[in-house]
Amino acid sequence: MALQVEDLRVHYRTLRGDVRALDGVTFGLEDGEIMGLAGESGCGKTTLGKSLIRLDGRMRHVGGTAVLDGEELPIGDDRAMNARRFTDVSIIPQYSMSAMNPTRKIGKLTADLLRAKGKSFREVRPELVRRLELVGLSEKVLDNYPIELSGGMKQRMVMVLSTLLDPSLLIADEVTSALDVSNQKAVAETLVRFRDLGFVKSMIVVTHDLSLVYQIADTIMIMYAGQVVEKAPADTIINSPQHPYTQALIGALPEVGLEYGDKRLKSIPGKPPQLLNPPTGCRFRERCPLAHERCTEDPPAVAIADDHVASCWKVAN
Amino acid sequence: MLELQNVWKSYRVGSLGSKRLTAVRDVSFSIAPGEVLSVVGESGSGKTTIGKMVLQLISVSRGSIRLNGQDITAARHGERKEYYRRVQGVFQDPFSSYNPIFKADRVLETVRESFFPGVKRAEWSDKVDQALLSVGLDPTAVLRKYPHQLSGGQLQRMLIARALLLDIELLVADEIISMLDASTRIDVLNLLGDLKERGLGVLFVTHDLSLANYISERVIIMRHGAVVEMGATGKVFGDPRHPYSRNLLASVPQLHRKWSEDPVDLEDLEPDGDRDVAPPALREVDEGHWVAA
Repeated sequence: MALQVEDLRVHYRTLRGDVRALDGVTFGLEDGEIMGLAGESGCGKTTLGKSLIRLDGRMRHVGGTAVLDGEELPIGDDRAMNARRFTDVSIIPQYSMSAMNPTRKIGKLTADLLRAKGKSFREVRPELVRRLELVGLSEKVLDNYPIELSGGMKQRMVMVLSTLLDPSLLIADEVTSALDVSNQKAVAETLVRFRDLGFVKSMIVVTHDLSLVYQIADTIMIMYAGQVVEKAPADTIINSPQHPYTQALIGALPEVGLEYGDKRLKSIPGKPPQLLNPPTGCRFRERCPLAHERCTEDPPAVAIADDHVASCWKVAN
Repeated sequence: MLELQNVWKSYRVGSLGSKRLTAVRDVSFSIAPGEVLSVVGESGSGKTTIGKMVLQLISVSRGSIRLNGQDITAARHGERKEYYRRVQGVFQDPFSSYNPIFKADRVLETVRESFFPGVKRAEWSDKVDQALLSVGLDPTAVLRKYPHQLSGGQLQRMLIARALLLDIELLVADEIISMLDASTRIDVLNLLGDLKERGLGVLFVTHDLSLANYISERVIIMRHGAVVEMGATGKVFGDPRHPYSRNLLASVPQLHRKWSEDPVDLEDLEPDGDRDVAPPALREVDEGHWVAA
């Protein structure tokens, strides 16, 4: 197993107290697995992605572990993590359009990055050029400034850069949300190709777009209010979800071919709980059509099948 | 009701406006009362520019826009206010549509101040309650709150309620749900369906084909500022005739159908050429289904 996360807790420090953005997240990621991570805004999906690579100043690692390839990631220790970044864990950030230093040529910037990891640019260059060609960029871009590239080109450049040292885990955070439909497809398919070619071993694709992640992911994990509600193979999540939240979420997605006049989609009433002082028990309780008195207790994570886990009392019974 | 005839728009760009960018090329369409018309296309296809021109936020370079037969592009400031009684817009980002230091319901109060100065406060608050209820909001839950205390869906519906306080005939909805969560966006979308049943015309600008398919009767697909295909939603999405429309539909991620299951080779398209020449003329291939040659 490539990545095993156990009971991970990460809080945001605010003046009013700790916001529990990740409150006991447990999941595993197999070698070669592409996992889609989806949920509403504020559910903690981006926080989870960030925790695995770099906590920003407001974030605090409160408890839990993440083990990558048998070695524990020192999540709370920024310095110790530095040795693992880029080589073992890498990220394509949410706004990768502006991720590159605008004042340096792309080749220079790459050389800087490599030098920081003790690698020589000259040795890596042939491989870099090969990979650039793979995503349809010419070697010439190395002499360009980031501003000279179009949005789609920048996105591809960052993808190549992030995976240059063959990391074991890649976190792709909303990589397609700023792109057009056709570019979206190209980027999504490139992610799969990178995995197939062994540039990265496994991948977490953070997104709010379930229909997109369904196209490329092996498994999908749904988060709600800082916790995992369900994880299963992509087909199972889309076609036979077990958790009421997943069911409601998928029921609210419009599709090509579906019309207002024929079938009215339903939204999920209410909004997610505040994570400053989250309620005990199931956090979806307030909005759940199936809630009953048992739901005031913390729901167990039930293994429905080998690769299918859902946290719900209804599923447990 | 609303009619666009051979509308062109060019922007001045570059230093000192030295270059010209033609954003909309020879677009003609009309919207009837009780109809949702979707305009879809990629970024830079000119769809938002059309919405802005209909709202008179920017001028029209060539062509005319008529509301009930009256040319609105020639209207002066005073007449424009009358126009805004009948046509209103809602935009993409609900969080920046509000002034964060004022309570959110101030946007409703300003409508009274500028359009209905004679209406009494009590009478007005009844009207506000009604408008809020008609967009599915509970007045006690949303009035006297600051924007940050409300969800994106609530804010967006409040902006629609604001438009309904005026006797609008047409709503321009520019990407109004793309910033909302999957769980709440459908409320706003269903509300648009509700409005059209009440006889309102809606110009729905979006890049998401599945949303356009869900809500609208007719759809316009745009590319490089010109219309490439237009017609009834079922016909355009069921039987796309233009290669660009086919590419677009093949690239849309869909639930229950994976790209890998039936890989489609994208067709070659004409590159973006001189935007000042007239785009290829539309040809009627089926009843009400037009395709650029």
